[in-house]
Amino acid sequence: MAKIWVFAEIAEGKVHRVSLELLTKARELGEVTAVALGPGASNHTAMLGEYGANRVLVHEDSAYAEYLAEPAAQTLGELVTKENPDLLLIGTTYNGRDIAARLNARLNCGVITDGASITLDGTSLKVSVPWYSATTLVDVTIEGGTTKLVLVRPKSFTSEKLVTPITPQVESLNITFDNSVKRAHIVESVVQKSEGPTLEESTVVVSGGRGLKQAENFSLLTALAEQLNGAVGASRAVVDAGWVPYSYQVGQTGKTVKPNVYIAAGISGAIQHTVGMKGAKYIIAINSDADAPIFKFADLGIVGDALKVLPALTEEIKKRKG
Amino acid sequence: MNIVVCVKQVPEPTGTNRMDPNSLRIVREGIDAVLDPADEFSIEAALQIVEAQGGTVTVVSMGPTRAAEAIRRGLAMGATQGIHISDPALSGSDALTTAKVLAAAIKRTNPDLVLCATESSDAYTGMVPGGIAHFLGLPQLTFAKKLTVANGKATIQRQIEGGYQTVEAALPALVTVTGSINTPRYPALKGIMQAKKKPVEQLTAADLGFGPDEVGQKGAKERVLGWQPAEQRKAGQVVKDDGTAATVIADYLASIKVI
Ligand SMILES: Cc1cc2nc3c(=O)[nH]c(=O)nc-3n(C[C@H](O)[C@H](O)[C@H](O)COP(=O)(O)OP(=O)(O)OC[C@H]3O[C@@H](n4cnc5c(N)ncnc54)[C@H](O)[C@@H]3O)c2cc1C
Ligand SMILES: Nc1ncnc2c1ncn2[C@@H]1O[C@H](COP(=O)(O)O)[C@@H](O)[C@H]1O
Repeated sequence: MAKIWVFAEIAEGKVHRVSLELLTKARELGEVTAVALGPGASNHTAMLGEYGANRVLVHEDSAYAEYLAEPAAQTLGELVTKENPDLLLIGTTYNGRDIAARLNARLNCGVITDGASITLDGTSLKVSVPWYSATTLVDVTIEGGTTKLVLVRPKSFTSEKLVTPITPQVESLNITFDNSVKRAHIVESVVQKSEGPTLEESTVVVSGGRGLKQAENFSLLTALAEQLNGAVGASRAVVDAGWVPYSYQVGQTGKTVKPNVYIAAGISGAIQHTVGMKGAKYIIAINSDADAPIFKFADLGIVGDALKVLPALTEEIKKRKG
Repeated sequence: MNIVVCVKQVPEPTGTNRMDPNSLRIVREGIDAVLDPADEFSIEAALQIVEAQGGTVTVVSMGPTRAAEAIRRGLAMGATQGIHISDPALSGSDALTTAKVLAAAIKRTNPDLVLCATESSDAYTGMVPGGIAHFLGLPQLTFAKKLTVANGKATIQRQIEGGYQTVEAALPALVTVTGSINTPRYPALKGIMQAKKKPVEQLTAADLGFGPDEVGQKGAKERVLGWQPAEQRKAGQVVKDDGTAATVIADYLASIKVI
């Protein structure tokens, strides 16, 4: 059976959802080992078993939370060298990417980023990767018998608990760090808590672009999102213009969302934007230009003025909800 | 302050990219190429530091002959000098080899600070900067939306989900920057003229100690097996708003059971 390892990222006292997605995928591919690093990591071993980990390697050292990338890359590097798993899956998060890059260099191994599907036939690997803003799917492999590193963006796979959870075998690692990995020091973390569901988790996303004309008009989206219990997103054009923070950005260089409904208001539908939202089940677009590219794949397109349609829609929904 | 900025020439990001079905490589001939817009932010960040504190900005790029244009653009913005690593043997290099080669070139300049973009606009692996940091033995400060350099230390505000972190490291260090760090300047005509006279060192793989088999396509650990066009969504109904758009959308939302 192939040995599949998953880096289980612990963030803000929780297992990052992408790690659960990866575990779900990993259990299709072979026998799963999760590596959980950082303070409180051992609190999550049962959950990792629920998603498919047969075995969990745990190391609760504060260095992982206080220093970027290097402590985790060192630990993973040593473990991988010792046990030579077939595959190591890491989520494309801020930390995951940093660690993977460093690990890739350290292990001198092959790496595939942006895996959208992963198959393993014996030890022969095939990963599909979307290129050119997902217009083309390219099949890539890494040859040779050493560990292959595959990075996967959040929402590429769905997470699902096992019907019969596994009670994983837990091993605590005995590692001590010297100062050589304690360099990029996290002095402070500021997390701005936003109200309502998060962009990634919400089943309804209401996004705005340059067609909303000015920052103040984003309140029209917030009002609609509130009625639909949704989250607000944005195109890069308006993030660059400073109307909303970067955390709102949907697209190639922003977030990937897969809601049930995505409402795009005043967004042209540039390929770098749509790559982040075309996994939505239903897409509704409001744009004043009948030739806007977004109409090429919206399920419902409204050619009209978003500044009029949005408030009217909010009122209409309020009315129907009674 | 001696700053090195890694820059890449990429196909015009808003253009249509294609793959050559035979070589399974990106078609680069006959396609407009530009300095990666993502790199303009790191060049600007470097320029702002040396303008305040003195020093030099070296732009380094690994790429074919015409990548020289991307280096010139960096020089036109105000960088001091360039390094162009160009060698047919390097074509087809993967992220790991790219990082090794860039690190070898950068090492010779003994920098205080190395800047990269978070990810390139054509490959967007985001793997090269961490690799460079590893091979140079430097700490990496990543996803910077703010950078200050003072008292032998680099301090950044690091973009994270729903907020930021303040992260610091002693110099020398590598920093990756995001598009929200600054507004890059547009090269002035004077800058463009001066750029023509600024020195650009030319290097080959052999100059940096790499044999032809360890780099380029031969040295790459990943191999493309094939490709197919991705499935695309189809257009649905498009309705012109005649004053009833809100009802049309609400009916639609009701039909899919959202309200
Ligand atoms: C490497 C790279 C990465 C990128 N990454 C991203 C990314 O992650 N996310 C992203 O979004 N973009 C990204 N972009 C930018 C992308 O190419 C587009 O420039 C951007 O998405 C455009 O934003 P927009 O649709 O808001 O603006 P525009 O393209 O200017 O579109 C505005 C639209 O609003 C319409 N409009 C105007 N007035 C009204 C009105 N009153 N009512 C209704 N509609 C109106 C117009 O018809 C137009 O279609 C990236 C670009 C590059 C090169
Ligand atoms: N060929 C190259 N020459 C110079 N810098 C590069 C090259 N490839 C990548 N980089 C740097 O590494 C960053 C990330 O690239 P990537 O890992 O390809 O996403 C780029 O934005 C550049 O700063």
